[in-house]
Amino acid sequence: MSNTPFSEGIAAGRLKPEALAENFGDLHPRLDDHEALVAADRCYFCHDAPCMTACPTDIDIPLFIRQIATGTPEAAARTIFSQNILGGMCARVCPTETLCEEVCVRETAEGKPVEIGRLQRFATDTLVDTGVHPFERDAATGKKIAVVGAGPAGLSAAHRLAGYGHDVTVFDARAKAGGLNEFGIAAYKSVDSFAEREVDWLLKIGGITVETGKSLGDGITLDGLKAEFDAVFLGIGLGGVNALGLEGEDKAGIEAATDFIADLRQADDLAKLPIGRDVVVIGGGMTAVDAAVQAKLLGALNVSLVYRRGKDRMNASVFEQDLATSKGVHIITNASPKAVIGNGAVREIEFEYTDDDLNPTGQTVRLAADQVFKAIGQTLQGSDLPELEWGKIKVDDTGRSSVDGVWAGGDCATGGDDLTVTAVAEGRDAAEDIHATLMA
Amino acid sequence: MANLTSEFVGIKSPNPFWLASAPPTDKEYNVRRAFEAGWGGVVWKTLGEEGPPVVNVNGPRYGAIFGADRRLLGLNNIELITDRPLQQNLREIKSVKQDYPDRAVVVSLMVPCEEDAWKAILPVVEETGADGIELNFGCPHGMAERGMGAAVGQVPDYIEMVTRWCKANTRMPVIVKLTPNITNIVYPAEAALRGGADAVSLINTINSITGVNLDMMSPEPMIDGKGTHGGYCGPAVKPIALNMVAEIARNPETANLPISGIGGVTTWRDAAEFMALGAGNVQVCTAVMTYGFKIVQEMISGLSQWMDEKGHTSTADFVGMATPNVTDWQYLNLNHVTKAVINEDDCIKCGRCYAACEDTSHQAIAMSEDRVFTVKEDECVACNLCVNVCPVENCITMRTLEAGEMDERTEQPVSADYGNWLGHPNNPMPAAAE
Repeated sequence: MSNTPFSEGIAAGRLKPEALAENFGDLHPRLDDHEALVAADRCYFCHDAPCMTACPTDIDIPLFIRQIATGTPEAAARTIFSQNILGGMCARVCPTETLCEEVCVRETAEGKPVEIGRLQRFATDTLVDTGVHPFERDAATGKKIAVVGAGPAGLSAAHRLAGYGHDVTVFDARAKAGGLNEFGIAAYKSVDSFAEREVDWLLKIGGITVETGKSLGDGITLDGLKAEFDAVFLGIGLGGVNALGLEGEDKAGIEAATDFIADLRQADDLAKLPIGRDVVVIGGGMTAVDAAVQAKLLGALNVSLVYRRGKDRMNASVFEQDLATSKGVHIITNASPKAVIGNGAVREIEFEYTDDDLNPTGQTVRLAADQVFKAIGQTLQGSDLPELEWGKIKVDDTGRSSVDGVWAGGDCATGGDDLTVTAVAEGRDAAEDIHATLMA
Repeated sequence: MANLTSEFVGIKSPNPFWLASAPPTDKEYNVRRAFEAGWGGVVWKTLGEEGPPVVNVNGPRYGAIFGADRRLLGLNNIELITDRPLQQNLREIKSVKQDYPDRAVVVSLMVPCEEDAWKAILPVVEETGADGIELNFGCPHGMAERGMGAAVGQVPDYIEMVTRWCKANTRMPVIVKLTPNITNIVYPAEAALRGGADAVSLINTINSITGVNLDMMSPEPMIDGKGTHGGYCGPAVKPIALNMVAEIARNPETANLPISGIGGVTTWRDAAEFMALGAGNVQVCTAVMTYGFKIVQEMISGLSQWMDEKGHTSTADFVGMATPNVTDWQYLNLNHVTKAVINEDDCIKCGRCYAACEDTSHQAIAMSEDRVFTVKEDECVACNLCVNVCPVENCITMRTLEAGEMDERTEQPVSADYGNWLGHPNNPMPAAAE
């Protein structure tokens, strides 16, 4: 008995293994040497380059592209990693079309920017694939620093601090380090266990101990860490998921998009991962797109991504929206969820059309749904945290929280967009401030 | 449509585009393909004297340098003259000329520097029905070590002597091909003229090493770990060739000596430029070695269109039109004042003009917080570097100041009068400006 996209309900193995392998292959394969040279040749080596200004981690983009063009991608990788130790993952997941590539002068000149993201991947993969770690630790300082959360912010902070000679212990609630890189992004953006390999490569700097299965309130406390370590960095992300606030939200088939994405990333065999015939994703951000596209790639017959405001208000970039559409996801805008219909398990979701200010129109529509993924935002979880602001840990420009000796960065902290690259920058900058403070 | 028919030292061809003596013209097969593609003429690859032919290396013959996207900008070769038997070449030349009577077939020659050697080869070439000969006094590698090629071309007396021998022993027009590997191109041109040459062709290739293999520590192209200087050609040498053509064209002694222009001609525009400086026609090699014979179609259509636009009905109309405007530095008008102007609408804000001016020139470009670039007229010396480094054509232009307008840099009004260095007050040896 083999399933197809037409099989009713939630079922595994809707597509043949070959089709799944193809669907979950690399979204943008690495450039080969020739392609990289051609792409690099297009860079004008701008003065005070706009791309560099647009990069949250201030990577010297013209320099690394020139290093690629002159046949030294390893040197290019060092240029990237010196600013952004997770430059390999950022090359895969950065919304470059709204960052460096948006402001590329060749976008202005020809509507076609230099492919900065793909060039960055070419350089970083070249070096990571050698297995060589390009940085060495300074002499040991004897200082101990706790980092909570092994996601982009925590890993970035830990690497910078270890580089300065401090001893770093990284705690993470999951069984594996990596955070959203490992559990929270679409599989086709990080094939061949890249997130895992990147963490292993990053840890080669030495001086970093990773303790998994521990989170604030579960095995460790902020007070305990403060007592044991010279400084604490919190990069705990946003562990909770916003609820729809509808009656029947607990019906079978309704789950958090983040859980679906995490399960998919950790699945040994995608053919065993069940997916609905009719899938509805509620939300308008990157997580919603990642869930919707992957549902389609798993073999769902109909996938609708429903967002309550207009298309131009979606947090997902135009590139991501186009990707979803090209994969067959139906994007419905200006529709807010009103009711869950079903007996035990969800069968339909009713939406009401709403304008961009969310004013109801009285018009409703029902979508068939075997499975519903909620992707309407995540929330900070944890108790005894430093002072919050807008639901996040309040920090200053250097990542200092309201509690002395405690810094924070990434999605859990105020400031910046919730992007991998922003988290890396915040972790790095907090590490610089921690180092300066401890060594003062 | 403009008439591209060309007559060069009495040799007629349907257009002024000839293939230069080089690998593309080494055999009948290639030359027939060239004529089918539309080339107006060929200079057959250089023949040597009767006897066992020369041999070529069996490793790489070419090296190259590249621009963006691996666009070939300069090519270097260490190939020698034809390595095929003389009689075979002669048979093929005769056959091709018979089948293409309207095309120019000129034969390049290089034999030892003895009159008997030239006396021996000239009649057999004449017998093929070829339209003329070109004396290869330029080949800079290999043959020069044997006292031929550039070894002759670098000694004006030899050029004159051999040219005279040839003129005395053939009815065919004699074109003398000049090497650029000399200090002043005018001397060999004058020597050719004294020897009775009907024309000169230039430039031959330039001594060069295209690169160094940093693993083997050998020049490129590398043969078994060694390399030798080869002849450089292609788009990169065009500026050198244009200058040498102009120097001969504006030299009173050689002003009437016909010139066949060679050196990096790649498009119709290159050809028009050589001809505007005084070349009666052009010869092409690297461009066809890069792109194949078909490019002549673009050269024909492009030159025709341009001639129509300019109202030229024959190529002779514009040959040498630019020559009178090639002058010495001392005659340039120092009262001609220009200033760079950056068109903000066209600017893509790369900032290269700023970096170039600020780092290496006169600090005459201002950059605002929001990347608006403006010229500081009180600092701008109109050097043109910003224009040259700007990736957007015509985004930065040079505005000529009107007479009477204030030059903010010198705080002097622009003079309406022509004034050159000869009459300049700073000139320690002033002469009256003419």
